[in-house]
Amino acid sequence: MNMLAEKPNYNDEIVKLFTIATVFWGVTGFLVGVFIALQMAFPALNIGEYLTFGRLRPLHTSAVIFAFGGNALFATSYFAVQRTCRTRLWGDGWAKFTFWGYQFFIVLAALGYVTGVTQAKEYAEPEWYADLWLTFVWVAYLIVFLMTLKNRKEPHIYVANWFFLGFIVTVAVLHLVNNISIPVSIFGAKSYPLWGGVQAAMIQWWYGHNAVGFFLTAGFLGIMYYFVPKRAGRPVYSYRLSILHFWSLIFMYIWAGPHHLHYTALPDWAQTLGMTFSIMLWMPSWGGMINGMMTLSGAWHKLREDPVLKFMIISLAFYGMSTFEGPLMSIKAVNALSHYTDWTIGHVHSGALGWVAFISFGAIYHLVPVLWKRPGLYSLKLVNTHLWISTIGIVLYIAAMWVSGIMEGLMWRSYDALGFLEYSFVETVAAKHIPYLIRAFGGILFLSGSLIMVYNLIKTVRGDAAPEENLYPAEDAGETVHA
Amino acid sequence: MSEKERDEFTGVETTGHDWDGIKELNNPAPRWWLGVMIVTIIWAIGYSFVYPSWPTLSGDGERGGTTGNIGWTQYSELAESQAEILARRAAYLERFENASFTEIQQDPALYAFAQAGGASAFKDNCATCHGTGGTGGPGYPNLLDDDWLWGGTVDDIHETIRFGVRANHDETRFSEMPAFADIYADDEVADIADYVLSFSTDGAFPARGKELYDEQCSLCHADNGTGDRFQGAPNLADAIWFYGGNKTDLVAQIKRPKHGMMPNWNTRLDANTIRQLAIYVHALGGGETE
Repeated sequence: MNMLAEKPNYNDEIVKLFTIATVFWGVTGFLVGVFIALQMAFPALNIGEYLTFGRLRPLHTSAVIFAFGGNALFATSYFAVQRTCRTRLWGDGWAKFTFWGYQFFIVLAALGYVTGVTQAKEYAEPEWYADLWLTFVWVAYLIVFLMTLKNRKEPHIYVANWFFLGFIVTVAVLHLVNNISIPVSIFGAKSYPLWGGVQAAMIQWWYGHNAVGFFLTAGFLGIMYYFVPKRAGRPVYSYRLSILHFWSLIFMYIWAGPHHLHYTALPDWAQTLGMTFSIMLWMPSWGGMINGMMTLSGAWHKLREDPVLKFMIISLAFYGMSTFEGPLMSIKAVNALSHYTDWTIGHVHSGALGWVAFISFGAIYHLVPVLWKRPGLYSLKLVNTHLWISTIGIVLYIAAMWVSGIMEGLMWRSYDALGFLEYSFVETVAAKHIPYLIRAFGGILFLSGSLIMVYNLIKTVRGDAAPEENLYPAEDAGETVHA
Repeated sequence: MSEKERDEFTGVETTGHDWDGIKELNNPAPRWWLGVMIVTIIWAIGYSFVYPSWPTLSGDGERGGTTGNIGWTQYSELAESQAEILARRAAYLERFENASFTEIQQDPALYAFAQAGGASAFKDNCATCHGTGGTGGPGYPNLLDDDWLWGGTVDDIHETIRFGVRANHDETRFSEMPAFADIYADDEVADIADYVLSFSTDGAFPARGKELYDEQCSLCHADNGTGDRFQGAPNLADAIWFYGGNKTDLVAQIKRPKHGMMPNWNTRLDANTIRQLAIYVHALGGGETE
């Protein structure tokens, strides 16, 4: 069976572009994250109008979610869909448009943030003109992906592509509905949403929660389903589990948004629905972790030798942890303590740093030697250093946020013996200084790890490979190598 | 190539699919996984009978939802958890309400209650401007010293908190110093500033400074600069300065005076909290008895 002869001429140029963009925006987003973490510890760092926490915070979240995460999803989905369909990516020009169009959207949104142009909706801050532009880009993405699926030479559609398609379609729906607004004028940036009050809040968190569910979960499960079995060289553990958890995840996730609005003006019945669906979401989420981890049965020894695979497995562990923590925090009694505290920030980062970033790092380390046709990475030792320095950073980060979150939650609700509030808000802020320092240090470690990755990748692309270190050259991972 | 084969390591059959070398085992979904999912679904169904959980047309529950079997609403839960706190306060509140400031100050239990309530309310409402310790800052009076703009007895403080300063209330404390830049030349203002500084420093001053001060400023701030609390005119002789105490600050304040404002808290806090605050602030250090 000669696979090489059958291999079509894959469009890897577009994947290269998206990979470079992923690394660039990733480092940018982590850097801004470290800076705003330091601003929290040292408010004096809020310098000037454009660099205040309020402006940089959406810059950070958008840079890591949409710029880093989004480009990672483009790169990996374009790479995986071609290979699992055994056909070239449809529409070279269209694919190129999605690249430049998406980068333009990122710059457009970022310029808005620092100049104070915002819809003030979390994770949907860009104003109408940027939203409209993103819609064109996203439709092009959907068309490229669907047409490639249509042209496939394989009889079945691989599970990674279900997740990628689920992510693309749902994000389109979420984006359109949450951003319906009326511009004040065609030449002005300002717009007003079509609905207000609790309806607007509900739609915003239906969007916000499913941005996590479909962008950061479904999309990255797509990455997991291609790169983990590929890297481990093992078959996916269970086809039946992948069907069950795909459909249950898609069905359950979309209802869970109201848990962001516990104990608010949202009617009780809607809050309950959000909570019960979040609890039911626990196992559907874990299905992906089980399938990923169990895929290693028969290949566990590879973990000792291959730090790239280690990245993927640690990411699944963080995924499992944060998808347990999520349903836990959606329980009203827990939420009454955790809501509005740093616990939420810690939860988000165990998912964002541990799951999203780590699975992306794993995929990037796998992709770069393949895309640039190198025999292997420049240094696996540096991959290992990156892995551990970043893991320690994440653990420090989330532990600091658990401590400060639970502490401030307890301080807010603390009454003295005579029935008066024990602490004022500003006292709870002052009490968080030490956790904030630890958090910032964790962030610095994570950023340092990513800089090690940049160095390693540049060396790899330049062809400075150190072969004796490379136990996993690209050909072992099932790719063609042109020496 | 779409043939089922048996995986060597696990002995499990594959599904026969092959994508870019990736195959799938035909393992069943883990039993415990399916089991826990079913348990969470059953739990969710049960929970939705007990708590309000579905929109209805009839609108029995809060804003159109079902009510649930135990009649829980988020407002009932709030009331329940507040009840214990309110009970703690209720032990003192009635006595506190009916006692005069003097009676409260002489009753150790009531006084401790007032102090605790005042401290708590101060930190969440007053500290924003006056600082957590009440030390104030430029433009915001220090509440620890005995220099009072509008009087330092409990009653004075109580009145200031209730109606504020230059606030949107008929009974608010109000004073306004004219902008002397419209009346005097710059060198005249400088002379006045020198004279005002001499009250607290015994420094030299030009005769014209005293002349002009006596003509205009003394009407509110008094001949010797001790001010007038009835008009809210600050004492200028005590080296405590509201908007800064060097000559430049004084010149700026004489030419175009800044006028701070304090909200009338009677519409924001309840009467008991305001009385607790008055007692608390009075006890910070500079409280007066007459």
